[in-house]
Amino acid sequence: MTAINDVTEVTGSQKRSRWGSRLDRREGRTAFFFLLPGLIGMVLFLVVPIIASVVLSFTNWKLLGTPQFVGISNYVRLFTADPQFWPVLRNTLFFTAEYLVLNIVISLGLAVWISSLKVGQRWFRVVFFLPTFTPGIAVAIVWMLIFAPGGFFDFVMRSMSIAMPNMLTDQTLAMQAVIIVSLWAGVGYNTVLFNAALDMVPQSYLEAARIDGANAWQRFWKIRLPLISPTLFFGTVMTAITSLQVFDQIYVMTRGGPGNATATLGYAIYQRGFQNFQMGYASTIAWVMFAMIMALTAVQFWLQRKWVHYDN
Amino acid sequence: MTTKSRTRLSLALDILNHGGLLIVALVFLFPFFWMVTNAVRSNAEVMAYPVRILPQVFEWDNFAKAWTQLPFGRFFFNSMFVASSVTVITVIVSCLSGYAFARLKFPGRDALLMAYLGTLMVPAIMLIIPLFLIVNSLGMVNTFQGVILPVAFGTFGAFLMRQFFLSIPMELEEAARIDGASRLRILVSIIVPLSMPAIGLLSLFTFIAQWNNFLWPLIVMTGSDNATLPVGLTYFQTQQGTQWNFIMAGAALSMLPGVFLAILLQKLIYNSIALNAGMGGR
Repeated sequence: MTAINDVTEVTGSQKRSRWGSRLDRREGRTAFFFLLPGLIGMVLFLVVPIIASVVLSFTNWKLLGTPQFVGISNYVRLFTADPQFWPVLRNTLFFTAEYLVLNIVISLGLAVWISSLKVGQRWFRVVFFLPTFTPGIAVAIVWMLIFAPGGFFDFVMRSMSIAMPNMLTDQTLAMQAVIIVSLWAGVGYNTVLFNAALDMVPQSYLEAARIDGANAWQRFWKIRLPLISPTLFFGTVMTAITSLQVFDQIYVMTRGGPGNATATLGYAIYQRGFQNFQMGYASTIAWVMFAMIMALTAVQFWLQRKWVHYDN
Repeated sequence: MTTKSRTRLSLALDILNHGGLLIVALVFLFPFFWMVTNAVRSNAEVMAYPVRILPQVFEWDNFAKAWTQLPFGRFFFNSMFVASSVTVITVIVSCLSGYAFARLKFPGRDALLMAYLGTLMVPAIMLIIPLFLIVNSLGMVNTFQGVILPVAFGTFGAFLMRQFFLSIPMELEEAARIDGASRLRILVSIIVPLSMPAIGLLSLFTFIAQWNNFLWPLIVMTGSDNATLPVGLTYFQTQQGTQWNFIMAGAALSMLPGVFLAILLQKLIYNSIALNAGMGGR
């Protein structure tokens, strides 16, 4: 069959198009079977859940009993009546803002520092990358032991005669503990990402600037930073998206406490959905989170025109 | 300043620069150290104050006890089974779809590819509620298939494999087609062997993501023996009088594959992230 096809390709364009269309149909059928497993999975575990999530957010389903359509009252309740929602929203934004800034600053600093080394660059990269390849739960549990009352952290503070309350049980410090753990677990990826981008900056640019009398500080701000700014932007957007969803560390270390001090949107979805079984209401929170992710990403894309430098 | 003293100065600065980062790296590694050294203490010593940096008695058999008694050994194999299964399914499905997107003509191909990419925008945590309801209605709560199937059909793999397949010269499969080989045959015996770097990368990141996954197995495995290691770790964390030493041993166990792979495959990981760094710009 394919042999005949080859002959027709030589003999005439008119025939080829007829053969071609039959071939296209056969190719279409092959493509269908190739795509089928993925499509079934995607429809069942992605498309249906997305639609179901929208529908659920307009119902008051509590897992048992029949769901009732309640219109937008979940959304109204969330923004006007739920006493926990605004603290949760504030915690999420607070976490995201502080974590995002510190993550980018620390990972960029480490990346620059690593790139200045003459030996052992790759081993330093591995060290900072290690936590990103390990379960966030295990990381959080280890840090919990460090921050536990009478644990290592308290011990160090007391031996330096710094009087401070326990990190995990203090209303304001608990969030800082969560951020420290998240940073330890999360800076490695961006460190390697930015380090790789710095490696791609052509040496000739830096050499030329040096000859023109630019010092290290100027070379960083005027050449290296603008050249890696697209990667910096990519890292910032991805980090923002993941930090708005923070859950693991909070589940292990504080369960949203003390009080509501570390309850974030991700934790609220889990709590409402799987502790109170308010499937409808939890879906509403999920869509608020999605809206926030979209909004923050849009803002970053808008801001990038001011600071991201594209080559072409 | 003479040239000699200038080189001596720059050497001193270099040593200072390396030494400084070495100290930072050692401080950074402290939680790993703390985990392992607390895993081999008695529980009384873990809780003792003032804190000692090193254990007085090294109880190495804590690892064996955690493995058999808690049962972190069982959780370890559960994790291994879940992460491996998801990886195998993801690779097979991604290769099939990726090949269709890269090499086959069919109506609506570009639109479907865009739809695949669009689903990447949806954060995983948003879908846990409807996904749980689906798994529940299929009667798969507390089962391995309930944990595995919903996370095994991510669309990123199809896109990754498509990109890689496009870089393989068409001529390599044309000869096989003239000989009458089917598309599936071509994919399995020509394309897949040439795509091992991409398949390796997809496997590595899928395996690690699932090994480390917490929220989804937490919801599906409601307190059963089928729990994965991260979920199993939290079972023992809530009770009062926590056996911290055993939990640290379990945590160390859960970190083992990731640490091992990160060190062993550092070059592959660096190259794949460097690819992101390059694409982030252009």
